[in-house]
Amino acid sequence: MRPNPTLAELMPRSATERPTLLACRGLLKTYRKGPVSVPVLQGVDLAVRAGEMLAIIGQSGSGKSTLLHLLGTLDQPDAGEVHFEGHRIDNLPASGRDLLRNRYFGMIFQAYHLTPEMTALENVLLPAMIRYGVFSYWTQARKLKAQATAILERVGLGKRLHHKPRELSGGEMQRAAIARALMNSPKLLLADEPTGNLDQANGEGILDLLGELNQQAGLTIVMVTHDSAIAARAHRTVTLVEGRMQDAGRRAA
Amino acid sequence: MYKLILCLRYLRTRYIALASVVSVMLGVATMIVVNAVMAGFAHEMQDRIHGILSDLVVESRSLDGIADAPGHMAKIREVAGQYIAGMTPTANVPAMLGFQVGDQYVNKQITLIGIDEATYSSVSDFGQYLQHPENRKQLDFKLKEQGYDQYDHQAENPALATAREQMRIAGWKWRRQISQWRKPIDTTVTPPGATTPSAENSNALASADPFLATTPATQEVFDPLTEQHTGAVLGISIGSYRAASGADQFLVLPGDDVEITYPSAGRPPKPLSAKFTVTDFYESKMNEYDASFVFVPLAKMQELRGMIDPITQVGNFNSIQIKVKPGVDPAMVRDLLQATFQPEYIVVSTWMDKQGPLLAAVSMETAVLNVLLFMIIAVAGFGILAIFFMIVVEKTRDIGILKSLGASSRGVMGIFLSYGLTLGVVGSGVGLFGGLLFVKYINEIADGLGKLTGQKVFDPSIYYFYRIPTIVEPFTVTWIALGAMAIAVLASILPAWRAARLHPVSALRWE
Repeated sequence: MRPNPTLAELMPRSATERPTLLACRGLLKTYRKGPVSVPVLQGVDLAVRAGEMLAIIGQSGSGKSTLLHLLGTLDQPDAGEVHFEGHRIDNLPASGRDLLRNRYFGMIFQAYHLTPEMTALENVLLPAMIRYGVFSYWTQARKLKAQATAILERVGLGKRLHHKPRELSGGEMQRAAIARALMNSPKLLLADEPTGNLDQANGEGILDLLGELNQQAGLTIVMVTHDSAIAARAHRTVTLVEGRMQDAGRRAA
Repeated sequence: MYKLILCLRYLRTRYIALASVVSVMLGVATMIVVNAVMAGFAHEMQDRIHGILSDLVVESRSLDGIADAPGHMAKIREVAGQYIAGMTPTANVPAMLGFQVGDQYVNKQITLIGIDEATYSSVSDFGQYLQHPENRKQLDFKLKEQGYDQYDHQAENPALATAREQMRIAGWKWRRQISQWRKPIDTTVTPPGATTPSAENSNALASADPFLATTPATQEVFDPLTEQHTGAVLGISIGSYRAASGADQFLVLPGDDVEITYPSAGRPPKPLSAKFTVTDFYESKMNEYDASFVFVPLAKMQELRGMIDPITQVGNFNSIQIKVKPGVDPAMVRDLLQATFQPEYIVVSTWMDKQGPLLAAVSMETAVLNVLLFMIIAVAGFGILAIFFMIVVEKTRDIGILKSLGASSRGVMGIFLSYGLTLGVVGSGVGLFGGLLFVKYINEIADGLGKLTGQKVFDPSIYYFYRIPTIVEPFTVTWIALGAMAIAVLASILPAWRAARLHPVSALRWE
């Protein structure tokens, strides 16, 4: 096994390269069910630079979703570290991780995971509702609503503000989920098979949108997929095989 | 903020949860109704008992009584005068009352009470239970020409009370009529020259006491058409019964004569009889009293029983009824007086002492019912618990989303706790409203149920109240509502805690 690179090695080597936004080192994660233990991640190192669009490609069961969860602090590694903007985040207390997910990370999932009781607009406002208390939300509700409407218009759902998720198509639901992820102006977007449930045309649309966000707003995106055609849309692709990084191919940014 | 919105959305989209609240609602409504009715009954009963009994009674243990009522009253006044609003001496003995119905005599066991008509009303509500308006102002034991109430004047709405048709002719009119009918019969039965009924009284006494033997020199002729015997006020149930329709049927009316057999004073007591004319009815609505009390003038009773001291000419008495001033604790005055009198001879008791077991039984009943009904709400709490658990399972993915968006465990818990609280508030609120509404219209509901089932739910012939009495105590209502809300919240703690503990990753994977 090749030795894990140090964090310094993962940091930018020249001033022209952008700083590392998110990095992990030696991530280990094993799921246990009674006497059976399934190793999912067996020492993963990764560095994501600010403004980068990174694809993590791997087959089902390679541990790519688990890696994304660990990067997004939804789960904690058995060993290893996750750093965000140079600060270790995997060992933060629950409240710190909640705050991080709310303010700095945006997440989108294969199954969209919109709240069925809420309209598209309310779903997008949800991160802001979580962020602010009742009173401070109340005082800036008008501003936040305008902001959420603008984001929904940006993702092409300007006319579907008051529709419930069940009244939207798959593509529209994923657009709404992206809009929700963007609500608190995150620094990093974590996408777990964002096009997995969509047909090709809709999938392309979502990828175009993600590309636009990356290009125009400089949003750092980490995307997990099993489809190399989709991964090809990213600047850089890393492959995860049985819980280990295989190579670190890179395309020109 | 999201807690509020999601809580409200869940409320609006999960009607099954409202089903669990219905049980809370019913429990709360039932508790309010039961408490109101029980409090109403207890209050009504206390009121009546207190109305019938004076605050304090100074009683002799002996049936013969104690001499010198004025002397005892002076002593009471000396000891506790500043607390006392009124006093009256009475004499009471067990006795038997007979009256004629058709051609047969009906006998009833009664308590014969000799009262001082001038002062008796000042110590209790005695006056207002009488049936003639003039007697209610001041009782005089004189038969009235007419004008006896044809409706229960104590009914909340006299127009709704069943008419007492027979009372229309009660009074002298009835007496003249009945005497006219009986005259030929009486004259044939009674041999000419025999003693008249009034003379019979004195003869009875004379035979009981040979030293007092004074045969009347001249035979007075008693004419029932124009004369009455000593007046007596009968408890209304003694000479009447209530038909299933709720109408009172009278076997005896004011104007009729009754025969009372009582024990004489002295050793050994001998049964003596005397005739009295019914001049009014006493209706306290406490069946125990209405079926046994007969009031006669104290002086006449002392004379008939031989309770008058031959030397001082002062009559004996059995008890002194005392009314204390408003705000004075009768128990305190009781202790004060009991210390003054020898307990071997004289017992001092408050009206509550006399009816203690009855009042205690009512409050015990209320307490037991409350415990049982609160159990019902607790059972409803378990219903909420089960339904909440199902909702948490159903919402597992949403909980995962919330956590991935940065919601804290406490926040997720808050959603379900506020959900539980809202259900509790809704349930107890609706239950409160429904219960109070039920209490307000309880009599209409009872009537409606009676019509529907053909069976009287609230039978006035049993209870002697026309309406179901209710009292809504704000304290009790508040307590019930808060208790129900607390149970709803308690029941939601466990599911909420489970929701908060859900791991975001496994929650998101959940399909």
